[in-house]
Amino acid sequence: MKVINAVLCPGCGSLCDDNEVYVEDNKIVKVRTDCAISTSKFLNFNKDRNTTPLIRVDGELKPTTLEAAIERVARILVEAEYPLIYGWSLTSCEAQKKGVELAEEVGGVIDNTTTVCHGPSILGVQDFGEPTCSLGEVRARADLIIYWGCNPSSAHTRHMKRYSSLSKGRFRLPEQRKVVVVDVRKTPTARNANLFIQVKPNQDYELMAALKMMLQNEEIEEQEVAGVPVEQIEELAELMRSCEFGVLFFGLGLTMSEGKERNIDGAITLVRELNRWTKFAIMPMRGHYNVTGANKVFTWQTGYPYAVDFSRGYPRYEPGDTTAVDVLSRGYNDATLVVASDPVANLPKDAVKHLCSKPLAVIDPHISLTAFMADVVIPCAFVGIEEGGTAYRMDGVGMILKKVVEPPEGILPDTQILDLILKRVRELKGGR
Amino acid sequence: MEYLLKNGYVVDPANKIDCERKDIAVKDGKIVESVDESKAKVIDVKDMLVMPGGVDLHSHIAGSKVNIGRLFRPEDHYKDYEVKKGVRRSGVGHSVPSIFTTGYRYATLGYTTVFEPATPPLKTVHTHDELNDIPILDKACFPLFGNNWFVMEYIRDGKLEECAAYIAWLMRSVKGYAIKVVDPGGVEAWKWGGTVQDFDQEVPRFGITPREIVRGLVKVNKMLGLPHPIHVHANQLGVPGNYKTTLRTLDAVKDLAAGDRPIIHLTHVQFNAYGGVDYLSLSSGADAVADYVNKNPHVTIDIGQVIFGDTTTMTADGPFEYKLFTLLRGKWANADVEVETGAGVVPITYSRSNYVHAVMWAIGLELALLIEDPWRVFITTDHPNGGPFTEYPRVFSWLMSKEARAKVLKKLPRLARARTNLKDIDREYTFYDLAISTRAATAKILGLSNKGHLGVGADADIAVYNINPKEVNPSKDYKTVRQAFAKAYLTMKDGEIVAKEGEIVSAPVGRTYWVNTKAPQDIEDAVIPEVKRLFEDYYTIRYENYYIPESYLACSAPIQPLEPAG
Amino acid sequence: MVRFTLLTGRSLVQGVGKEAGKFSDKYIQEVSTCQMDPEDLKMLNIKPGDCVRLTTEYGSVVLKVSSSALVHRGSVFIPYGPYANLLIGTKTGGTGMPSFKGIPVEVEPAPGESVPELKELLVKMYGRK
Repeated sequence: MKVINAVLCPGCGSLCDDNEVYVEDNKIVKVRTDCAISTSKFLNFNKDRNTTPLIRVDGELKPTTLEAAIERVARILVEAEYPLIYGWSLTSCEAQKKGVELAEEVGGVIDNTTTVCHGPSILGVQDFGEPTCSLGEVRARADLIIYWGCNPSSAHTRHMKRYSSLSKGRFRLPEQRKVVVVDVRKTPTARNANLFIQVKPNQDYELMAALKMMLQNEEIEEQEVAGVPVEQIEELAELMRSCEFGVLFFGLGLTMSEGKERNIDGAITLVRELNRWTKFAIMPMRGHYNVTGANKVFTWQTGYPYAVDFSRGYPRYEPGDTTAVDVLSRGYNDATLVVASDPVANLPKDAVKHLCSKPLAVIDPHISLTAFMADVVIPCAFVGIEEGGTAYRMDGVGMILKKVVEPPEGILPDTQILDLILKRVRELKGGR
Repeated sequence: MEYLLKNGYVVDPANKIDCERKDIAVKDGKIVESVDESKAKVIDVKDMLVMPGGVDLHSHIAGSKVNIGRLFRPEDHYKDYEVKKGVRRSGVGHSVPSIFTTGYRYATLGYTTVFEPATPPLKTVHTHDELNDIPILDKACFPLFGNNWFVMEYIRDGKLEECAAYIAWLMRSVKGYAIKVVDPGGVEAWKWGGTVQDFDQEVPRFGITPREIVRGLVKVNKMLGLPHPIHVHANQLGVPGNYKTTLRTLDAVKDLAAGDRPIIHLTHVQFNAYGGVDYLSLSSGADAVADYVNKNPHVTIDIGQVIFGDTTTMTADGPFEYKLFTLLRGKWANADVEVETGAGVVPITYSRSNYVHAVMWAIGLELALLIEDPWRVFITTDHPNGGPFTEYPRVFSWLMSKEARAKVLKKLPRLARARTNLKDIDREYTFYDLAISTRAATAKILGLSNKGHLGVGADADIAVYNINPKEVNPSKDYKTVRQAFAKAYLTMKDGEIVAKEGEIVSAPVGRTYWVNTKAPQDIEDAVIPEVKRLFEDYYTIRYENYYIPESYLACSAPIQPLEPAG
Repeated sequence: MVRFTLLTGRSLVQGVGKEAGKFSDKYIQEVSTCQMDPEDLKMLNIKPGDCVRLTTEYGSVVLKVSSSALVHRGSVFIPYGPYANLLIGTKTGGTGMPSFKGIPVEVEPAPGESVPELKELLVKMYGRK
């Protein structure tokens, strides 16, 4: 049995890198971590694995060869006028780069899953900037930790222990930290907080505005704002103002509810205001393990973090128009390639309807819901377990993923599959 | 492939060649004595200016803070884009261009080597990711050390050998090139929301002063025989009156110099050469700084010229960017990095009618003109802090023509003209001066013996400009100069033509240099386990995952350290 | 029929179940169950395990209901997934992001109805004719 140390978990945006993976006969037999999601990932990733490329014939997915599947995907992309290339948060930066190159080559639009998670956060950053820090700064210094509209106990299970409230930092012990949770429901995270503030759904912006008013010593005449008594808001404002190093982690509770990017504007401007009083940082709790990497790669290669359109031969970015949900629900695209994501499970009904009504190709290690509906499915190696590559943690620290087992025979990494598609696309285009 | 560039006027200061008609022969990527004219591709560059490819030692082109600038400024890109064409990938500008465009635009200017001067070690995977993607150019990155916990504590405790061993280990781990120091101690203070106001003020909780950090790192640099001196962004950047801090920083290490070899490179000095006591009384301190540099061979500088227009400031100096934000109240990004450093990004528009900006503009040029030895003052805009690198040709024309400067001066606020020295300076750069300051001297101070010259054996990185140096009078024809330098007639990289009259014709992968340095084995053996132990307490990633293997670099070019100087 | 506020979101079981496969019972069960406050269940006169029909401006679906103290009165929580998405619209207001949280929803008991089987649902909703 082989024990591999310091393995990165290709799970959530925390990208914990201290997992021990036990391998016997090219199989993971045990994983040492205290995260249920990570354990499930390492032990189950190989269950119900599809190892055959599939093509839909007479309404049913039938086995085919890799060559035939690549040919089909290439033709779908070349024949389409405006293909959407979507996904990218559960794979390596190397694959993401190939995706950008492919989108540029076929003159399509490429989007990553940011579009339905922290897209509004990026819009907020583009409005006001982002006073932030690496997670180790929180660990070393933070004495006030606020989780707003996010629930790490369920989604980033080791976040508190490794990076924030429960971590032991150079200048700060767990007992010297205070934790505040602001949410619409009393989440598992809220149960362990020093202070839980229950905000009414869709009223986070109002609460942030009230906090800013308090910091600027303005009177609030109402008894409560956003369902929160004014005394409690005052308590929070005082905690914020008087801490030595505060951090505001926020999640989809802000990006997905009424206000969207305006909620993020509110949060960022609140943190800017707090920096007049003390040191304060803000950070989105990114979901998939390399969604941050997708934003980084897209940005350094095209100038824009997601929703990049190449239909005019150069990168264009128009959220609300080149974003996947808008492209799909308005029926702009006439084909889709999905890599490392499952839009059928994650996008609203009408977007999925259009997605499934046009040629649809999927590259994924598993039969996802999207693969189940696709015209072509190419199975690939599981990045972060069967294939290395680069991924970025939610705070922008890039790390190198480990390959701990070999993929099933004949199964290629998505980077290579995309490269084969790209080559075939260029041949087909050249032949015209 | 063999080439013969015929009939050009060669300016190659490292070989003391000043506008001589000379053919340049190229074979297998190198400059050679001669080639067989019947086999070689002969390119007639009759009467054109032939120089070594440009070498930029300080330009923020890759990594975390650059990408923050790109991400949060879509408005920077909308109007400036490049369509995919042939080997040229598409992309966008302007002050923070996308990565392919960065490489193409430098090549178009005739530059072939560009160094990223600030990488947080923890985020150097990111820096290499971007460097790997830059086409054409040779490059490297400088890890930041001036606020590093290990460094501050080793120096405070007088453990210089241990400090050297730590830095050697880190340099190898992240594949870095030189020791970069930004606002020594000040960024650590900023992580608590504070600043270090004085060169001799203690860093909170670390019991060490900026002076001690800088002195310690100069000594370590020597012990490790790194090819480049320590590369310093001094304290108090952007603060009126800071020229005094600058002089104290330079003078603090004077006694550590041996011979004429520079031991400290002070970067983008324009931002650190301010007189006055506040922004209302801001004046040029360039004359005092230039005077010091003229008298003291242990110093080199680059200017960090300001260009009027819109750009994006970005630096590891987080506290400076916060100050700038409180003045401008626009967008502000801050990105502190555990144990090591920080970063800030703020967009700015430098305006001619703004008194402060006008003074800044004059200071950069004054430094370049008042420092007599072009081997010790280099032309930069601290891209993109002073302005985008694509504006270099404009800076060249200002340096080569008093008339060109006067034209701008005339439009500045009267008080700005009065409180700067530029109007009284007559000096004009020659092509020879320019070639020193942008190629020969920068290659030399970086320790790149194959770059910055056209002698036999040098890398065949060549820039040909369509301008006749014998006929053109830059003093009068400054527009011609600017246009010629904006679009090289031909740029060759490693003996391959990469750009021709503004078109990219090939896009090879450039090298990434790093220094394979080592401290004495017994000291490393003692230090590394200690670092490993503390690593778990300090960082949020595992020690094992900090290491970047050589195979991660698209084209790794390790450099051996120099023999440590006496 | 009573108006509630629909919140969709991540749950630990959904996260773990997703790793076991999107067609695994664990995942399907989690994402096809909505969670409500016990008092609200009483008010609607339903028990945990009963079926309810949820209807928004954008669609309608039958789900199992469970009782949860973590969901407050007036709210319904459904873990992210193919069932919740049937109730979500595609308007993004220029942001690219649909509203996945805070949507008005009507809830009514659905005795005699059952939760649609996942594969059948996908084919019915999205399959090509």
